[in-house]
Amino acid sequence: MSVNKLSTEESYKSLDKIETDLLRPMTHHKGFELWILFLILIFIVGGYAYFIQLRDGLGVTAMRDYSSWGMYIGNFVFFVAASLIGMFISSVLGLLKIKWITPITRIAEMIALAFAMWAGIVIVIDMGRPDRLLNVFLHGRFQSPILWDVTVVSTYVAISLLLLLLPLIPDAAIIRRRLPNLPKWQMKIYDLLYLGWEARPEQYRIIKKAMRILAILIIPVALAIHTVTSWLFAATLRAGWDSAIFGPYFVSGAFVAGVAAVIIAMYFFRYNYKLSDYITDFHFNRMGQVLVLVSAIYIYFNLNEYFVPAYKMRTAEKLHLDEMFTGHWAILYWFTQIACLAIPSFLLIFKRMRRPFTMLWLSVLVLIGAWLKRFLIVVPVQQHPYLPIQNVPESFHHYIPTGIEITLTILPFAGVLLIITIIAKLFPVISVWEIAHEKGVDESIIK
Amino acid sequence: MEEAKNLSNSSQQEENNARRGFLKKLGLVVGAGAAMTAGAVYLGYDHEQKKNPDGKKVRVLTADGQLMEVSEAELIEAANQGTNEESELQRRGREGLPGKHWVMVIDLSKCRNARMCMAACQGAHHLRPEQHHINVLRMQDAENTEPYFMPKPCYHCDNPPCTKVCPVDATFKRQDGIVLIDNQRCIGCRFCIAACPYSARVFNWIEPLKSEEDKDIPYDVELNVPQRKGTISKCLFSADCLRKGELPYCTRACPNGVYYFGDLNEDTVTNGTTRETVRFSELIRKNGGYTVLEELGTKPQVYYLPPKNRLFPYQYEGKTTIDPEDSRVGGGRG
Repeated sequence: MSVNKLSTEESYKSLDKIETDLLRPMTHHKGFELWILFLILIFIVGGYAYFIQLRDGLGVTAMRDYSSWGMYIGNFVFFVAASLIGMFISSVLGLLKIKWITPITRIAEMIALAFAMWAGIVIVIDMGRPDRLLNVFLHGRFQSPILWDVTVVSTYVAISLLLLLLPLIPDAAIIRRRLPNLPKWQMKIYDLLYLGWEARPEQYRIIKKAMRILAILIIPVALAIHTVTSWLFAATLRAGWDSAIFGPYFVSGAFVAGVAAVIIAMYFFRYNYKLSDYITDFHFNRMGQVLVLVSAIYIYFNLNEYFVPAYKMRTAEKLHLDEMFTGHWAILYWFTQIACLAIPSFLLIFKRMRRPFTMLWLSVLVLIGAWLKRFLIVVPVQQHPYLPIQNVPESFHHYIPTGIEITLTILPFAGVLLIITIIAKLFPVISVWEIAHEKGVDESIIK
Repeated sequence: MEEAKNLSNSSQQEENNARRGFLKKLGLVVGAGAAMTAGAVYLGYDHEQKKNPDGKKVRVLTADGQLMEVSEAELIEAANQGTNEESELQRRGREGLPGKHWVMVIDLSKCRNARMCMAACQGAHHLRPEQHHINVLRMQDAENTEPYFMPKPCYHCDNPPCTKVCPVDATFKRQDGIVLIDNQRCIGCRFCIAACPYSARVFNWIEPLKSEEDKDIPYDVELNVPQRKGTISKCLFSADCLRKGELPYCTRACPNGVYYFGDLNEDTVTNGTTRETVRFSELIRKNGGYTVLEELGTKPQVYYLPPKNRLFPYQYEGKTTIDPEDSRVGGGRG
């Protein structure tokens, strides 16, 4: 793509406007303290809930011997799923040289990093003996998919962090120049991060090469984290989990969740941070199209996952599928599949639906559905083991999450929002130097 | 030596810097390795020395009744050595009984749902009433077939799906075929529960039944007592009884002769009620013995004899037919 190079004078003018617009939310953020206070409040309530769970055991949840994985594991799968979006936007679309993603890459990476980091904490919440977490490293055995998950998720967090930090180098230099009156501790972060950026051609060459390497590296790792997460289920012999397509089925579902999450974040930043010159209707239109595409792929995998076994109705599969299609889980199942997947993706085919406001609500619906879907993948299967559930209390037959479980499911969301809030407070949510570069600003002055 | 060679090559010093750095590091590694080897040799020597000291020897009786002679210098007082006792229980518990391959046969034609097996098991392992290492199920294979009772312990599979998925080796298969739990190691992830197609595993969701009374007992991995909150438990084939030469708790408790237990290597099993010992292979062959869901490839080591010529026809809570809710059996059998 050829960019019209601006003259030196125009460059300075254009860069000044970009910097002013994108850095403004760092110093003008109404209600920031109140929002942080709200999140901290959730942390206090969640912390207390976790204290009770530690004290009394996992018995405070609704999980029992048969449904022994519940909301926490569903939440974990959702968090891993949402974190895949960083790879999708920056790497897949980036390497395909799709230009319009520039203003949303950092948003996607923030979401990815926050969800990936919290996925690790969500899984600890589910542990019966979190005090023995170190056993995973002391006595780890590599034939367990849990070990694979620990390995790839931590690798993904590391690469995602680098992929977020690298493009911050020139921006840190810009912040040092433009906002010298920020608190001292904050300036120290930029001093540390800008790494002597002077916008020299060689520096550009290095940073672009490094970003490209990371963008390539992250693809297999991202695919691995969700594939391995799907294997936690597919590696068992249970009807409903014992599926050969679980890997791609989970990965395609992850893109749906992630794209919806990014659209919601785009809407929020566009209006709250007044970035409508940068995150435009055009970007929403494009992301709407992406959502249709990934949803279509996901619907295809759903067809394979549910209707091929349903055609045969083998005994064990039938018990599970009957409960999903017409039984206990039917309302939730069809709400998830139709209201949260089929209808939103169908509506988004039409151009006039691909506007920020309608897309916000459709994305919220899709994201709720994405969460419910993980719940429906994890919980119902366990209620139909091969041998009947007998001689146990009535509560062992059902799974209705308790208040503590719900609180500890919400807590990690507050954690994700906190990480995103902090990153968005410390750095511009849109990469300043990359936008300036795109607008044809003379490279050598971006420092 | 390589170091010196490098230094002499001064004309290419610039280019060799990286190589030198690497070789230096390599040197360090080799050096450390050499030091460790020397240390190990010395320790070995030291150990050998200790084995043949000039000091006095004493005779001691071991726990299993053997008279041994050891040097006085090596004696450690056994009392107040709770951790040592525990580590010994762990060591032998993980090792198992050499030369054995335990196997159970359950004769379904004799089971009348007396549940003495369940009670004996729960008593021995300090379990809550809803925690079953062995559970007597009400079964019906197909719509028009006769219902029957089926005691279900852990099947101690020869290809166990549960031990494969354990991330920390807290559940493992021993040389004698028993799949055990180490609740001092277990992190409570419950992957093994998810992986077991027979629902054989239970979890301590809350404080175990006797955690207060049991808190000073050294942990016996073969009994899984004391039970611990946040960890797994399951049938252990009464590994503690087997070590003492006794039949499992459930097998001995049955009043109806349902259980046979024995060693596959010897091809003999003993009935827990009648104490009659029979050929395992013959018992299975003559009575059409089978394993549950064998198509899953788990290779269960618990065999069933089909419920034919029933001593006790099916009757549960006054009914001779099964509640449809009760017998929702899935699986490859369908």
